[in-house]
Amino acid sequence: MLPEIGHFTLVLALVLSALQAFFGITGPALQRERWQAAVGPAVYGQFCMVSVAIGCLAAAFLQHDFSVEYVAQNSNSALPAFYRVAAIWGAHEGSLVLWSWILAAWSIAVAFFSRGLPPPFAARVLGVLGVVSLGFYLFTLATSNPFLRIDPPAPDGRDLNPLLQDPALVAHPPMLYAGYVGFAVAFAFACAAMIEGKLDSAWARWTRPWTTIAWAFLSVGIALGSWWAYYELGWGGYWFWDPVENASFMPWLVGTALIHSLAVTEKRGLFKSWTLLLAILAFSLSLLGTFLVRSGVLVSVHSFAADPTRGVFILAFLVVMIGGALTLYAWRAPLLKSNAGFEFTSRESFLLFNNILLVVATATVFAGTMAPLISDALGLGTLSVGPQYFNPTFLLPILPLIGLVAVGIHASWKKGRLGEKRGMLLTTLAMAGTVTAALMLGAYGGGMLLTPVGIALGVWIMLSSLADPIDRWRRKLSLTPGVLGMAVAHLGLGLFVLCVTVVESYTAERDVALEVGGRATVGRYEYRFDKIEPVQGPNYDGVRAEIAVLRDGRQVARLHPEKRQYWVQRSVMTEAGIDMQWGRDVFAALGEDLGAGRWSVRAQVRPLINHMWFAAFLMALGGVIAACDRRYRTAREARPVETGHAVPDPGPGVSVARVAPGEA
Amino acid sequence: MSATARRASPWHYLLAALLVLAATPVWAVDPIELDDPVLQQRYRALTQELRCMQCQNQSIADSPVGLAGDLRREVRELLLAGASDQAIRDHLRDRYGDFILFRPDLNARTAWLWAAPFVLLMAGVWVAVRVIRGRAALAAQPDDEVDGRV
Amino acid sequence: MSRFLVPVGLFALLVAVLAVGLERAPEKNVIPSALLGRPAPEFTLPELGSPQLQFDSRSMAGRWWLLNVWGTWCVECRAEHDMLLAVRRTGVAPIIGLNWKDDDASALRWLEELGNPYERVPVDAEGRVAIDWGVYGAPETFLIDPAGRVVHRHVGPLTREVWEREFLSRLPRTDAPPLMPAERRVGAT
Repeated sequence: MLPEIGHFTLVLALVLSALQAFFGITGPALQRERWQAAVGPAVYGQFCMVSVAIGCLAAAFLQHDFSVEYVAQNSNSALPAFYRVAAIWGAHEGSLVLWSWILAAWSIAVAFFSRGLPPPFAARVLGVLGVVSLGFYLFTLATSNPFLRIDPPAPDGRDLNPLLQDPALVAHPPMLYAGYVGFAVAFAFACAAMIEGKLDSAWARWTRPWTTIAWAFLSVGIALGSWWAYYELGWGGYWFWDPVENASFMPWLVGTALIHSLAVTEKRGLFKSWTLLLAILAFSLSLLGTFLVRSGVLVSVHSFAADPTRGVFILAFLVVMIGGALTLYAWRAPLLKSNAGFEFTSRESFLLFNNILLVVATATVFAGTMAPLISDALGLGTLSVGPQYFNPTFLLPILPLIGLVAVGIHASWKKGRLGEKRGMLLTTLAMAGTVTAALMLGAYGGGMLLTPVGIALGVWIMLSSLADPIDRWRRKLSLTPGVLGMAVAHLGLGLFVLCVTVVESYTAERDVALEVGGRATVGRYEYRFDKIEPVQGPNYDGVRAEIAVLRDGRQVARLHPEKRQYWVQRSVMTEAGIDMQWGRDVFAALGEDLGAGRWSVRAQVRPLINHMWFAAFLMALGGVIAACDRRYRTAREARPVETGHAVPDPGPGVSVARVAPGEA
Repeated sequence: MSATARRASPWHYLLAALLVLAATPVWAVDPIELDDPVLQQRYRALTQELRCMQCQNQSIADSPVGLAGDLRREVRELLLAGASDQAIRDHLRDRYGDFILFRPDLNARTAWLWAAPFVLLMAGVWVAVRVIRGRAALAAQPDDEVDGRV
Repeated sequence: MSRFLVPVGLFALLVAVLAVGLERAPEKNVIPSALLGRPAPEFTLPELGSPQLQFDSRSMAGRWWLLNVWGTWCVECRAEHDMLLAVRRTGVAPIIGLNWKDDDASALRWLEELGNPYERVPVDAEGRVAIDWGVYGAPETFLIDPAGRVVHRHVGPLTREVWEREFLSRLPRTDAPPLMPAERRVGAT
């Protein structure tokens, strides 16, 4: 019964999203207020329906309802309850329902927080979101219905992919989707503006918090995926430039450009075309990512079951949404002109480079990801692209960009006025150089060509980000969330650059063959293989090794890597043994059984790797803090004209955050 | 133990200088590490560049399957026989096709891929410089109002 | 005006590429053999059960022949086994069964129980010959022409449809007897 209710509520959700789209677009166009007013209820209704649907799916899993095909394929009677709920997004059909639910949740949030928006505009935004929702419901119900029954019911399920039976990987898809889908909001704002033919600073101010929060979610989602790959996949790496990884990274790069471009549009009414295009591009890349992993066009270690017919549907959806948006752009963008100027060392100039370099980086990653497809389609034969391509080519635009950040943070709007900051910048650069020397000569020793560059730039950015808040605090000036958030986010960026450089320069790694009692030296540590014994879990059995890690003769850690075989899917999983400390990770993963009691073991010492994940979290946190700035939350109307500097007095009842020189 | 600096390719695994302890077993049948550190590093680099054809999205350095082990052995034997890195890549590419290489070769068919990042970067910088020049000229004019409406 | 059409133009290009990619997607997971049109790698390996006998691939010159890569550990090899027997019965082309990284006793037992479709069974215990042939997953079947060139490779179990569409179509027409349903032949070599 419940699956049928779930199916039915999905259909209702589809109908409601169609109404949402219809009323949202035509209401304002035909100036029918009643239609506009109907959009809100449609959104709430859609959210309720899809919530019931996902609830039914959860219930089917929790109750072990193996008459539902999706449950039979992704669950098992021995699967712990926690993973049974996570199994909802374990495969294609269920993950689409999650997508739709998250989109409905964002839509509700927009509806709720849009009291301050002019009603026609808000209706249009929700209308565009309705079109996206409609597309996804159509796709789900037409090609990927998770509520299909099988008769007779399966005696037991095929189990959730063991790779997914892990807490980090439970959180990873919802975080990622929250990010991807959040870019649909920016997209909707962009489309609404183009439909109306009006794009001003107020529009940018409305769009910014939504985009920043979506970006923060995406950052966390990517970091979680990377961290999971590191400790779960057993080869100790954290980024492989796999097509699916790239599919999430490209929207992130464009999203970063977008949040910065929105700042310029808000402050000075510039970069309107850029901002529109970036908003369209970010969401396009989200949709493209969805296409790539579900259609079978690319070979990837974690694509969903590939199905070209689904690929056709998504491609058609892409054409409608993105083709439509870009056509709107071609029609409206020529009207967006501004006569504002800025100097070479102004903040706008730095942010222009920011936009361009991030887009170049995205295009590069795009070229590499799509190269096999393009080469094949053009008849140029099979091509294969891996980290050896992406690493150098990605760095090409990114290195200059990172070099500009520390300075750009302090550039003023329009005039730059970097001369005033020269002392501080040089001081922080000198400090960064000192730290670099200390790390390279003292703590770690040696390094590669780019090691000093990476460390110095990372530290410089960190110090530079802190300079402004510290200065304000000392002068007892207010520290608005906007300023604080920006500082934290850039601090996170600097830390990330520093940590990636250290991790890539100073990781010690060996593959060794050990038998019980055997030892191996890895970096400054010594690994001692103490024992190996069989182990059993709720739905797997395997072996578990105990490895002692010593430094200077003293034991500093005990690692317990495992090799598990899951009963149902018969796949073999490696659980790495990791000792996590602030300063470093000590890592061991079991390789193959070499016979005669010998095992191959991958041993790694990874300095500062946990700071790296923390840095990603800091970036996301910075974004969230900045999005909470009061100037986004107070109800306001569009201002007809704004100057580039102070904000004119808006009258009683509305609060204003002073636009300080250093503020983003 | 200090790490030795090496390598043109920046963001990749760097091996610290290794001291192979006498206690570490050396396997005649299927050694995982080569004795010569230079060869060992070439071995690591090569095996990370070659795709495991069975799992298809892992390198033979990382893949646990049998075919990966056989391919690693092939690389080791060729290294010990004195083959150059390119010769080893060619040897495997002759058998498995371009798909086995994670780093696409540089030839007429892949030229566009390798040229793209440079072309894109130069185009981007050119656009940036043009825009900034135009805007700097505007900035020289007296203070303007930002146009809110389209 | 024109530069604002660039984004939509680029997008159209992308869609075209994706559409082509989609159309070719079913073939995506199969990598074409790097050996097609080139001379088949030569090898000499001991034979299953009679290691003092050597099989030399050059002895197949002048004939069309098939190389089937198999192992008892390979589930799909079991699935295609009856088809191989049927192919053998047609006598169209001999099948050489390269036993890949297997265990001799299991292999002998397998052939005894299920029937032996192969004219000869060279044993590639270490997998070196398989690498020379660019093998990446059993079962694989190669078609070699009388001049010793590799004409086709199929990855995956051999089915009737695959045999007719990919192999028979490339072989010269003969008066071969039609494919009959498989019979179990015990102890035949």
